[in-house]
Amino acid sequence: MRASLRRLLVPIMVTGLLATAACGSDEQPGGNEKITLNVALFGDFGFKPLYEEYSKAHPNVTIKERISDYAAHHQSLISHLATGSGAADIEAVEIGYLSSFTATPNRFHNLLDLGAGSLESQWLPWKWQQGLSTDKKTLIGLGTDVGGMAMCYRTDLFKAAGLPTDRDAVSKLWPTWDEYVATGKKYKAAAPKSYFMEASGNMFRAMVEQASTGVYDNADKLIVDSNPSVKKAWDLTVDAIASDQSAKLAAWTPEWSAAFGKGTFATIVCPAWMTAYIETNAKDAAGKWDIAAVPGGAGSMGGSHLALPKQGKNAQAAYDLIKWLTAPEQQKKIFKATGNFPSTPSLYTDPDLTGFSKPFFNNAPLGKIFTASAQAVQPQHQGPKQGDVFNTIGAGLGRIEQGKQKPDDAWKQVLSDVAKLG
Amino acid sequence: MRTWLYKADTQLSPYLYISPFFLLFAVFGLFPLGYTAWVSLHDWSLLADEHAFVGLGNYAELLADPYFWNALRNTLSILALSTIPQLILALILAHLVNRPLRARTLWRLGLLLPNVTSVVAVVVIFSQLFGRDFGLINWLLESFGLGRIDWQAGVASSHVAIAAMITWRWTGYNALIFLAAMQAVPKELYESATLDGATAGQQLRKITIPSIRPTIIFVVIVSTIYGLQVFAEPQLFAGGGPNGIIGGPDRQFQTLTLYMYEHGFNRGFEFGYASATAWVMFGLIVLAAAVNYLITRRIRSSR
Repeated sequence: MRASLRRLLVPIMVTGLLATAACGSDEQPGGNEKITLNVALFGDFGFKPLYEEYSKAHPNVTIKERISDYAAHHQSLISHLATGSGAADIEAVEIGYLSSFTATPNRFHNLLDLGAGSLESQWLPWKWQQGLSTDKKTLIGLGTDVGGMAMCYRTDLFKAAGLPTDRDAVSKLWPTWDEYVATGKKYKAAAPKSYFMEASGNMFRAMVEQASTGVYDNADKLIVDSNPSVKKAWDLTVDAIASDQSAKLAAWTPEWSAAFGKGTFATIVCPAWMTAYIETNAKDAAGKWDIAAVPGGAGSMGGSHLALPKQGKNAQAAYDLIKWLTAPEQQKKIFKATGNFPSTPSLYTDPDLTGFSKPFFNNAPLGKIFTASAQAVQPQHQGPKQGDVFNTIGAGLGRIEQGKQKPDDAWKQVLSDVAKLG
Repeated sequence: MRTWLYKADTQLSPYLYISPFFLLFAVFGLFPLGYTAWVSLHDWSLLADEHAFVGLGNYAELLADPYFWNALRNTLSILALSTIPQLILALILAHLVNRPLRARTLWRLGLLLPNVTSVVAVVVIFSQLFGRDFGLINWLLESFGLGRIDWQAGVASSHVAIAAMITWRWTGYNALIFLAAMQAVPKELYESATLDGATAGQQLRKITIPSIRPTIIFVVIVSTIYGLQVFAEPQLFAGGGPNGIIGGPDRQFQTLTLYMYEHGFNRGFEFGYASATAWVMFGLIVLAAAVNYLITRRIRSSR
C-alpha cells in the first residue's frame, strides 16, 4: 500500500516542480523569452483578431484577454491596484474613471519613460491630454476610441409626426439644443402617444460635455453650483421633461433595450459606440434608424485608454503591444468591426474611414458624421469624480421624471448631494 | 508515560479534530471582521496611500446621513414583505407535501428548483415580468382594465417586486427544512387528533407548529439575516446604469448593502466609510436575530 502510494506521489511532485519552473521562466523579461500578457477589458473592444496578427509577428508573446462589464471591470482594477496584485498587464480605463487615476498616477507605469513621448502627434491633442497626470509628468494611458457624438433618430416616427426624414434636413432642425427641444414639442403635438427622447439624462450630459468647462474647473474644484452652462443645460432639460418628451427609460434595463426595436422613442444622443448597441438590440428595425448631427455641433461622450499597472512585470512588452493596438491602422480595423471611433486624426482624411457607411442606418455615412464631430470637440477638463457627479445630477432629473420632486427641490438636493462628493 | 499520552489523546484529540474549522474561521472570518473594524476608524480611500485615523468619525457621519436611514427603512420593508409571506407559504407547502401524495419525491424536488436557479437568472426574468412597457404583469393588469404600474419608480411597487423575487427563490427551500422537521413529529399525535375530529387546519396549528418550533426559530433567523443583506436583487433589478448603485433616482429601493456598495466601490472608494456601514449592519443583524429569537420563542410549546 505504502509503496504504491509513493509510486504515485513521486511523478506528481516532479510534474509540480516542472510546472513551477515553467511558470518561473515565463516571468523573466527579455529578448526571445516566452511572455504572457494579460489584457483586461470591459465589453468587447474588437481586439481578438488583432491578437492573432500580433502573435504571428511576435511568436514569443501569448496574449490572454479577460472581459467583464463596465462597473465590475473598474472596481476590480481599483481593488487590484490597492492590494498590489491581481491586475492584468494591460488594463482598459474609461474616461469616467481615468481622471481618478491621473490624480494619483503612481500605481501605473509612466509611458513617457517607455518611449511614448514621440507618439504624441498621433492622437487628438485632448485625447493625449486626458491620459496625462495632473502635473503633466506622467502619461498613464494611450487612447483607444473617442465617443464623438451624433443624434440617432427613427425615420418612421419622424414621418408619422410630419417632420423631415432626410438626415441633412433633420440636422438643420436643431443647430442648437433649444431648437432640439422646440422640435420635440412639435413632435409631441403631432404624435402625443410617442416620446421624443429615451431619457433626459443623456441630453443633459451631452450639453454639459460640449461646454468649455463642465462640472469641474481646471483646478479640480466642483463648480456645478456656479457654472452657468450647467444650470442652463439643467433648465432646458427640465423644459423637455415638462413637455413630456422623455420616455423615462433607465439606461441598460431590458425595457430600454427593447425600446430601440419597438420604436418607443424617436431620438437618442449617439456616441459612436452606441451605433453597435442599437444595431444589436434592434435587429428587426434595420433601415428605420438614421443618423443626423448632434445639436450644439460636436462633443465627445465616453472613450477609453489602455494603461499599464506598475505591478505588471513585462512593462516593455506590454507597452509594445498597446502602442501597436492603438496605432491608426489597428484603430481603423476596430472601427469597421465594432463602430468604436478612432482617436487618431491621421485617419480622419482617410477615404477608407470617411467613406464608411452602414446599411442598418440607411447607409448613413458614419465615417463622415463622426469625423466631423470628433474634429470639432473642444477639450474639457475632467475631474476625479466626474462619473459620480453626472450620476448624481442624472438622479435629480430622474426624480423629476418620476414625479417625485418639483424641479427646484430636485436641483437643491442635487447641489447638496454633489457637495458631499467633494 | 503511556497513561499520560492516553489521557492527552482522549482529552486533546477532539479539539484537534474540530480545529480546522476554527482555524479557517479565524483566518477567513474573524480576521477580516477585526480588520474591517480597524479600517472603519480611518479615512481610508482605496485610491490614496495615506489613511488618516478619524476615530468614530465615520460612524457619526453615517448615523447623521438621511440616506442611511432611508436604506435601513427600505431594507426592513423588503424584509417584512419577503420573509412573512415566504414563511407562511413554506409552512403550508411543507404541510401539503407531508401528506400521502402521488409522486411525492417529484413534488419535493420541485420545491428546491427555484433555489437551484442562479439569482442573476431569477432577477433577469423577474425584471422582464415587472417591466413597465413590455412586462407580462402590466399586460395582465391592462387586460383586466387596470392601469399600468411603473414598478421601479414607486417605493411600495419596487419593494413588492424585489420581495417577490426573494420569496420565489427561498420559499421552497424553507419548505423543505420545515418538511424535515415535520417528519419527526410522531404520527400517533395526528391519528388521535383525527379520531377526536380535528380538521387539517387545526392539526397544523395545534400539533405541527408547536412541534417544529426550534426549526421555525432557525428558519426565521436565517431568513432575517439573508433579508438584511439583500443585494443582488435590487442591484440587478435597476439595470446596468447608476440606478443599480443608488436604487432608483429617489433611492426608493436602495438597501443597506447597496448603500455600502455605493460608498465602497463608487464615489472615491471610501473603504473606511463602507467598513463602518458594514459594522453597523453587523450590529443590526445581531439585534434582529435576538429580537426574532425572543418573539418566536413565545410560540406556544406543545409540552
